[in-house]
Amino acid sequence: MLRFVLRRLGLLVPVLIGLSVLLFAWVRALPGDPARALLGERATPEAVARVREAYGFDDPLWQQYFRYVGSLLRGDFGSSVRDNRPVVDTFLEKFPATAELAIAALLIAVVVGVPLGYLAARNQGRLLDTAVVSGSLLGVATPVFFLAILLKLVFATWLGWLPSSLRQDVTIDATHVTNFYVLDGILTREWDAAVNAVAHLILPSIALATIPLAIIVRITRASVAEVMNEDFVRTAESKGLSRRVVSRRHVLRNALLPVVTTIGLQAGLLFSGAVLTETVFGLQGIGQYLFEAIGRRDYPVLQGYILFIAIIYSLINLLVDLAYGVIDPRVRVS
Amino acid sequence: MRLVKRWLVGLSRKVRLATVGLATAAVVLTGCAESERDSSSGDGGGEGGGGTFRFAASAEPVTLDPFFASDGETFRVSRQIFEGLVGVEPGTADPAPTGLATEWESSEDGLTHTFTLREGVTFHDGSDFNAEAVCFNFDRWYNLPESSQVESLAYYYGALFGGFATGDNADNAIYDSCETNGEYEATITLTEPFSGFIAALSLPAFAMQSPTALQEYQDDGAQNPTTTEYATSRPSGTGPFQLEEWNQGTDVTLTAYDDYWGEPSTIDEAVVVPIAEPRGRADALRNDEIDGYDLVGPADISGLEDEGFQVVNRDPFNVLYLGFNQAQAPFDDLRVRQAIAYAIDKEEVVSASLPEGSEVAIEFMPPSVSGWADDVETYDYDPDRARQLLEQAGAAGETIEFNYPTDVSRPYMPSPEDTFNVIRTQLEEVGLEVEPVADRWDPDYLNKIQGSENHGIHLLGWTGDYNDTDNFIGQFFGSEKPEWGFNDPQLFQGLREARGEPSVEDAAPLYEDLNREVMELLPGVPLAHPVPSLAFGPGVGGYEASPVQDEVWNTVTLD
Amino acid sequence: MTIPLPPSGGGAVSPESAPGTPGGATGAPDTTAEDRGVSLWRGAFRRLRRNPTAILGAVIVLAFIAVAVLAPLLTSYEPGAAQDAGEITPSSVPGPSPDHWLGLDSFGSDLWTQLVYGARQSLVYGVISTAIGLVVGAALGALAGGFGAVGGRAGQWVDTAVMRIVDLWLSIPSLLLAVSVAAILTQSAYAVMIAIGAAQVPIFARLLRGSMLAQGRSDYVLAAGALGLRKRRIVMSHVLPNSIGPTIVQATLNLATAIIEVAALSYLGLGTADPAVAEWGRMLVAAQDRFDESPQLAIYPGVAIAITALGFTLFGEALREALDPRSRR
Repeated sequence: MLRFVLRRLGLLVPVLIGLSVLLFAWVRALPGDPARALLGERATPEAVARVREAYGFDDPLWQQYFRYVGSLLRGDFGSSVRDNRPVVDTFLEKFPATAELAIAALLIAVVVGVPLGYLAARNQGRLLDTAVVSGSLLGVATPVFFLAILLKLVFATWLGWLPSSLRQDVTIDATHVTNFYVLDGILTREWDAAVNAVAHLILPSIALATIPLAIIVRITRASVAEVMNEDFVRTAESKGLSRRVVSRRHVLRNALLPVVTTIGLQAGLLFSGAVLTETVFGLQGIGQYLFEAIGRRDYPVLQGYILFIAIIYSLINLLVDLAYGVIDPRVRVS
Repeated sequence: MRLVKRWLVGLSRKVRLATVGLATAAVVLTGCAESERDSSSGDGGGEGGGGTFRFAASAEPVTLDPFFASDGETFRVSRQIFEGLVGVEPGTADPAPTGLATEWESSEDGLTHTFTLREGVTFHDGSDFNAEAVCFNFDRWYNLPESSQVESLAYYYGALFGGFATGDNADNAIYDSCETNGEYEATITLTEPFSGFIAALSLPAFAMQSPTALQEYQDDGAQNPTTTEYATSRPSGTGPFQLEEWNQGTDVTLTAYDDYWGEPSTIDEAVVVPIAEPRGRADALRNDEIDGYDLVGPADISGLEDEGFQVVNRDPFNVLYLGFNQAQAPFDDLRVRQAIAYAIDKEEVVSASLPEGSEVAIEFMPPSVSGWADDVETYDYDPDRARQLLEQAGAAGETIEFNYPTDVSRPYMPSPEDTFNVIRTQLEEVGLEVEPVADRWDPDYLNKIQGSENHGIHLLGWTGDYNDTDNFIGQFFGSEKPEWGFNDPQLFQGLREARGEPSVEDAAPLYEDLNREVMELLPGVPLAHPVPSLAFGPGVGGYEASPVQDEVWNTVTLD
Repeated sequence: MTIPLPPSGGGAVSPESAPGTPGGATGAPDTTAEDRGVSLWRGAFRRLRRNPTAILGAVIVLAFIAVAVLAPLLTSYEPGAAQDAGEITPSSVPGPSPDHWLGLDSFGSDLWTQLVYGARQSLVYGVISTAIGLVVGAALGALAGGFGAVGGRAGQWVDTAVMRIVDLWLSIPSLLLAVSVAAILTQSAYAVMIAIGAAQVPIFARLLRGSMLAQGRSDYVLAAGALGLRKRRIVMSHVLPNSIGPTIVQATLNLATAIIEVAALSYLGLGTADPAVAEWGRMLVAAQDRFDESPQLAIYPGVAIAITALGFTLFGEALREALDPRSRR
C-alpha cells in the first residue's frame, strides 16, 4: 500500500518536470505583453521597455527558463506581475474558495445522484425512471453559466432568498483560519458565519452540480442495473435473502466502483465549471484569478497555478485509486 | 416573464414570513457561539449615525502604500487613509487648501513652493504631522532605490517629477530639495518649473505617510515594496479612517480614526469588497449585500432608479475619442479625417450608447480643465459635407478598418461595442465601408493600438488624474506614438513649453492655443465626456461624488 | 466541459487509471463475425427506429441542421447588420414588432435572424472542432492501441509513451486547455475550433485505444493469430475497423459538448471578438447586462443551446445503446 503510494508519487516527478517545460514554453508563446497589460492606457514605449527589463522578459529564453527552474527548486514560485504578490500566497488564499465550491457541488451530486440513480434502476421503465433519465439529459445539455445566471436572477435578484455574490456577508466578522469559510465557522464555533457561508454556497454549487449530478445519476443507474443482472445477485435473491439485504450487501457496493471513477474524473470538469460559476457569482476563486492572468499575460501566475492544479488533480486521482481498494477488496492495490 | 416575476415575488413574501420563526430560533441558538470577534464593531444598521458602510469595488487594492500604486481601486482605499499636502475643491478637480497644507506660495520663476501646514494633525501611529514629515516624504520619493523606480511601481513620480536621485533619468529629475522653516512650514525647490506642480500634488500617490511607520515597517528597496508589512497591514496616514484589516482576497476593513483633525466620520466602519462584474455589483446592491458600488453599467441605471436605488453621477473628467492612425491611408489625408468628423452625429452616439447625462466633446479634454478653449473647430454633424469631402479626397466607398475593444468597461467607455455600432452605422451612411476589427481589451487591444501600427480608426479615451492640460493632450500628443502615427515636432515642442511654464496661469493661454491647433490637425474626433456613476441603497446619504474620484467617506451616513 | 457521458460500464473513459472498472466494458462488441460491421449497423438502425428518444433526438438534430443550412431563406435580414442601431438606448431594446417578430438584439439587429444564423455558426463550430478532436485523438489512440495490440516490447513501449502524453493532456482541465489554446492563437474562428478540438483529443484517444486492446484480446484475433496471420495485418484489417464504432458514437455525443463549449468560450470573451456576430454564446454575453429589462435576449439563445445539445445527446445515447450488443435482448 505504502509502496504503491510512493511509486505513484514518484511517477509524478517526471510529469511535473515535463509540465514545467511545457508551461514555460506555452506561456512565452502567448502573444501580448505583460508590461503593456500592466501599464494600461498609460503605457509609453519607454515605460514598457523599462518594465520588461525589470522583470527580465527581454533576456534569452533559456536564461529565463533556468532562472525559473532555479527559483522553483528554492521553493519560490515567483510573484504576480499585476499585484506583486507571491503566487503561492494568492493560490493558498483563493484555492479554498474554488475547492469549497467544488466539494459542495460534488456533495450535492453524490448525495442526490446515487439514490436517484439507484431508484431509477430499481424502477426501470417506470415513470420515475423516465423522469430521472430525462432530467439528467437536460442537466447535461444546459450550459453551466446559463443555469447560473438563471438561478441567480430568480433566487437572488427576484426572490431575495439567497445571496447573489461573494462568499460571506460583508458585515459578518468571521475569523478565517483555513480560508474554507464553512470549516472556519465550524472550527471557531462562529455558527452564524458558517451558516452564512453555506447560504452563499447554495446557488453556485447547485449550478455547478448539475452536470456531475446528471452523470452520476446515469452511471449509478447503469451499473446498478448491470449488477442486478449478475449471477451472484440472482443467486442471492433466489437463496431468499431479502431485497434490502441484497441491495446493501451486493448491489450498491459493486455499483459504487464506476461512480467512484467518475468522481475522480469530475475533478477537471468541476474546475472548468468553477471558472464559469465564479465569474457569475463574483467569487474570488482561482478560476477567476487564473482567467484574468491569461488576459494579463501574468507569466508567474499562469505557470504556478497550472502546476498546482496539475498536482492536485493527480493527487485526487491517486485517492480515487486508493478508494477502489476500500470499496472492493478484489482490487487490492499492490 | 413579468408575470412569473410578480408571482415569484408574492410567493417569496409568504415564505419569508414563515421563515421568520425559524430564523429567530436560529438566532437564539447561535447566540451562545463563542468567537474571537471584536465586540465593539458596528452591527450593520446605525441608530442615527454609526454603522458599517459596505462598498463594492471592481477589484482589490494592489497595495496600501499609495506611492507604489497607479490604479483607481488602490487609490479608492488609500484616500480614506491618507491625505496629500494639496486637496481638491469638493465637487471639482481644482487644487484647494483642503488638504494638509492650509496655504502655499510659489515664486515667480516657479522654482520654489512654500507650504504652510495644518497644525494639530497626527498620523494613525500617533506621530505628529509637521514640516519634517513633509520633507521626509519628498526625500523618500526622490531617493527611491533604483530597483523600485520602474513604472510598475513608482509610475506617477517617474512621470511627473522626471526622474529620481539615481537611475537612468536622474538628469531629468525636477526635484531639488525640501527645507523646513520651523515646525509648520516647508519649502520645496525644483530644478525647473512645472506648471502642473501644485495640481499634481493632489494625486493620491503623493499623500503624506507617517515617517516613523515607514521607517519601521516599509522597505522601499524590497523586492516587492507593495507587499511589505507596511503596505499590507500597517499603512499610516492622517485620513479619517485607519486600516482595521486587509483580508487579502476578501475585503478591506477601515475604522474611523478618533483623532482625525477634520470632520469626524459618521460611520464607524467601512468595508470594501471586490466584485469584478458590473452586473454582479448591481445584483449585490439589489439584494442588500452592499450599500453602494462604483462603475455602474449604463444598462443598469434606469432599472436601479426605478427600484428606488440612488444613482449618483460624477462630473465627467474624461474624454472618449475616435483616433485616426495617420500612418495608414487614407487617414493621412486631412480631408478624410474631416469627413469622418462631419459624418459622426455625436448627439446620437451619446443618447444611444452612453449613460444619461454624458456630454458631447469638442476637444480632447473636459471644459473644467484650465487650458480649455471654447472656440475650437467643432465639425458639427453634416453628412453632406462629409460625402463631399470624401469625394474630393477620392475616398468615397473606401473600406476602412475600425478597431474597438470588447469585454471591457472603462469609466470613459462604458460599452464600447455599443458605441462602435452607432458610429459604424453613421460612417456607412456617408458611403464608407467599415471593416470591424474587435479585440479583447486585456491585453490585445492596447497592444495593437498603442504598441503597433496595425490599426485604422479606433475607440479609446482617458480619465484625468488632476486638473492639468498636460495630463490630457500632453499625455496624448506629447511625442510621436504608434497610436496616432504622426510626427509633428512643432506640436511636441509647444506642449513641452507649456508644461515648463512657472504656473497654471502662465500655461493656460498656451494650452488654449494648443487645443485649437490640435483640432485643426484633427488627429482624432473627441466624442463625449461620459458620466461615470455610482449607485447606493436608499438609506445612504452624504456621499460626495468627485470628478477625480477624490471621495472620502467621513461624510457618508446610513440609516 | 468536454468529458462526455461515459458509457454504461463507465470504463471507456479511463481504462488506464481505473483498475476497478469491469474489464472490457468499453462498449466494444464481443461478437466475432467477420461481416459483423454491416449487420451491426443495419441492426442498430432497426433498433433506433423503434426507440422514441432516438426519434426525438434525430428530429431535433435534423431541425437544427435544417435551420442552419436554410438560414438565408428563413429571414429577410442580414446577420449582424445592426440596421436599427438608432432604436437602441442604453436602457431599452425594442421588443417584438411586425417587422421583427422576436424584436431586436442589443445592437439593433433582428433577433430572429441572429438566432437562425447562430445555429449555422454552432453547427460549423461544433462539427469542425469535433472533427479535429476525432482525427487527432483517433490517430493517437490507433497508434497506442495498434502497437499495444501487436504487443512485444516495442509495442508496449509505444503504447505507454503515447498514453503518457494523453494522460498529461488529460491532466489539464479541458476548459483551461481550450482557453490557453484560444489565447495563443488570438481571437479567431479557427482558434475556437482548434481549442475545443484539442480538449477532446484525449477522450477519443483513450476510447479508441481501450476498444482496440479489448478487441486484440478477443477470441477471433487470437484465433487468427493461431492460424498464422501476421499480427500487424490482423490489427489493421480487423481490430481497427471493429473498434471504431464506439468512437463514432462518442463523436455524436461530443458534438453536444462542443456546442456548449463554443458558447462557454464566447462567454469568457475568447470566442469571436465581434459582438455583432450571430453566435449563441456571444448573444448570451451581450444580453447579460440587460437581463432585467429584456430577459428574452438571453433566454432565447440559452434555450437554443440547451435544446440543440439535448438533441445530439439523445441521438448519440440512443445510437450507442443500439450498437451495444448487451442491450440487444
